[in-house]
Amino acid sequence: MITKNQVRKNLYFDSVTLMVASSKMREMPGIGNAAVMMGTDHNRALMTAAGLIGPDTEPFGVNDTVVGILAESESAADAAIAYFDEFLNKKKSDTASAEKRVKTLTAAKSGAPESNFAVISVPGRFARAEAEKALALGYHVLLFSDNVSLQDEVELKHIAVEKGLLMMGPDCGTTIINGTALGFANVVRRGKIGLVAAAGTGLQEVTVLIDTLGEGITQALGTGGRDLKEEVGGLMMTLCLEALQNDPDTEVIVILSKPPAQSVMKKMLAQLEQVDKPVIAAFLGGDPALLEGSRVAYAKDLESAARLGVLAAQGRPLVLEDDSAAEIEELARRECALLGPEQKYLRGLYSGGTLCYEAMLLLEELGVKSWSNIAIDKKYLIEGSEASSENTLLDMGEDFFTNGMPHPMIDFRQRVDRMEKESADPGVAVLLLDCVCGYGTHEDPAGELAPAIRKAKKTAEEAGRHLTVIASVTGTETDPQPRSQQIRTLEEAGAIVLPCNAQASKLAAAIIQRQSAR
Amino acid sequence: MANQVNRLFASQLWVANVGVDVFYHAVLAQHVPAVQVDWRPPAGGDARMAEILAKLRDL
Repeated sequence: MITKNQVRKNLYFDSVTLMVASSKMREMPGIGNAAVMMGTDHNRALMTAAGLIGPDTEPFGVNDTVVGILAESESAADAAIAYFDEFLNKKKSDTASAEKRVKTLTAAKSGAPESNFAVISVPGRFARAEAEKALALGYHVLLFSDNVSLQDEVELKHIAVEKGLLMMGPDCGTTIINGTALGFANVVRRGKIGLVAAAGTGLQEVTVLIDTLGEGITQALGTGGRDLKEEVGGLMMTLCLEALQNDPDTEVIVILSKPPAQSVMKKMLAQLEQVDKPVIAAFLGGDPALLEGSRVAYAKDLESAARLGVLAAQGRPLVLEDDSAAEIEELARRECALLGPEQKYLRGLYSGGTLCYEAMLLLEELGVKSWSNIAIDKKYLIEGSEASSENTLLDMGEDFFTNGMPHPMIDFRQRVDRMEKESADPGVAVLLLDCVCGYGTHEDPAGELAPAIRKAKKTAEEAGRHLTVIASVTGTETDPQPRSQQIRTLEEAGAIVLPCNAQASKLAAAIIQRQSAR
Repeated sequence: MANQVNRLFASQLWVANVGVDVFYHAVLAQHVPAVQVDWRPPAGGDARMAEILAKLRDL
């Protein structure tokens, strides 16, 4: 292997653009590893650790773009650099042909006084300044950036509430406003259900399920994961609930979150007493007693939240029938007949944090305890770097996996590698996966997972084992990646695809329960 | 105070995207008007210098 690196002085690109270029370069023949990054101290450390730069690399600073390549030959490295140049040229010509580009938010506002919504995804340390500028200009804000301090969040939200503006985030990944998907979000039918969530992929999953159940949404508002903490006090939740209560098109309200801080819960329930629309809340992992005596209907998981929301929108009684139980039992029986008695464990590899969390809760409820990097019970907490043991569920969008790497909804390499590792473990019976579609995510998530599923099954097969792969697709038919096509791709690769993550988790649990009893 | 939010619900969404331009293209693909703010780190990414500049602006 040879190392080749280059420094491009005074050339700035956002991290997603550079990650996409890096990913494509890594897929080129003869390339062991490749990364293109801005020259920050953090990136310098990452690239040094990966052996992509060294003491002989030309000096660089935060304003420079750094290219590092590990390749089998000089010509392979040159080809990767040539590809990067081509990528940049294309980017520049796209930029030139785009209709509207300005340098500052102030210029955006003066050029388009009617603009009313700012989506901000600058690096965390600059996020507060941009969000504050946007609020001062009267913009509602979706702050996608993470690594923003709790204090900055509180202050930004106070400014926003004073002006009656939305300040969604920081770390808010998903929102649908007036039918438009912003951030990581799906194309969902318009309808009567309004949602507020402090759980990104949770909001994606529930809006998608509402769509597949034939209903639609008015607005899907994200607050950022910390909004219901004591320190933030549910500032955005309060504003969003008020807006949905006042919105004539919203007939049903659905709330999604982990259990709020006690004081926030109290405040929220008091507010909801004044709401004259049906309200459904999924406080994932919370005690149903939290809602006792209130007018809020309790949903125990994301699927229940969507189904209860749809029933309410249709004016039907809020009673859920477990109509999938028989099918799940039948599938579990069929799979267990193929599995060996030593195959007792499942490995869940997730790109969506809330989906991983939902799976963990459902499995636990069904008596399957899992190790996880997001375990609530610290006894079962494992680091992302640790090998899986027994039943393991990994949220691969967590910091350990995304530090200097693209999010697993965009770049599947880490998940694919891990699938290969897990499939070689003779104790593993089930691989459990999510496949998240929509704007912002990979153009063909199932297409990335399919070869890895085939390979995992083959690895097991060559060792004389069957491997069950269970997946669910968080996507609608109208998404850029149509749902039916994604499902077909996964099924053709040998996965069992369930209608949602909750059902996929239940099937996994049913199989593990049976295998444990053997 | 939610009136501004309800006004947004009743208006044409018009997006200013600051940063990652994948999100700008996603908005355009949905036929929603948008402008891309080609954000660069202030003061060439020097956080301390940026802070000083921001303070000067506030004076």
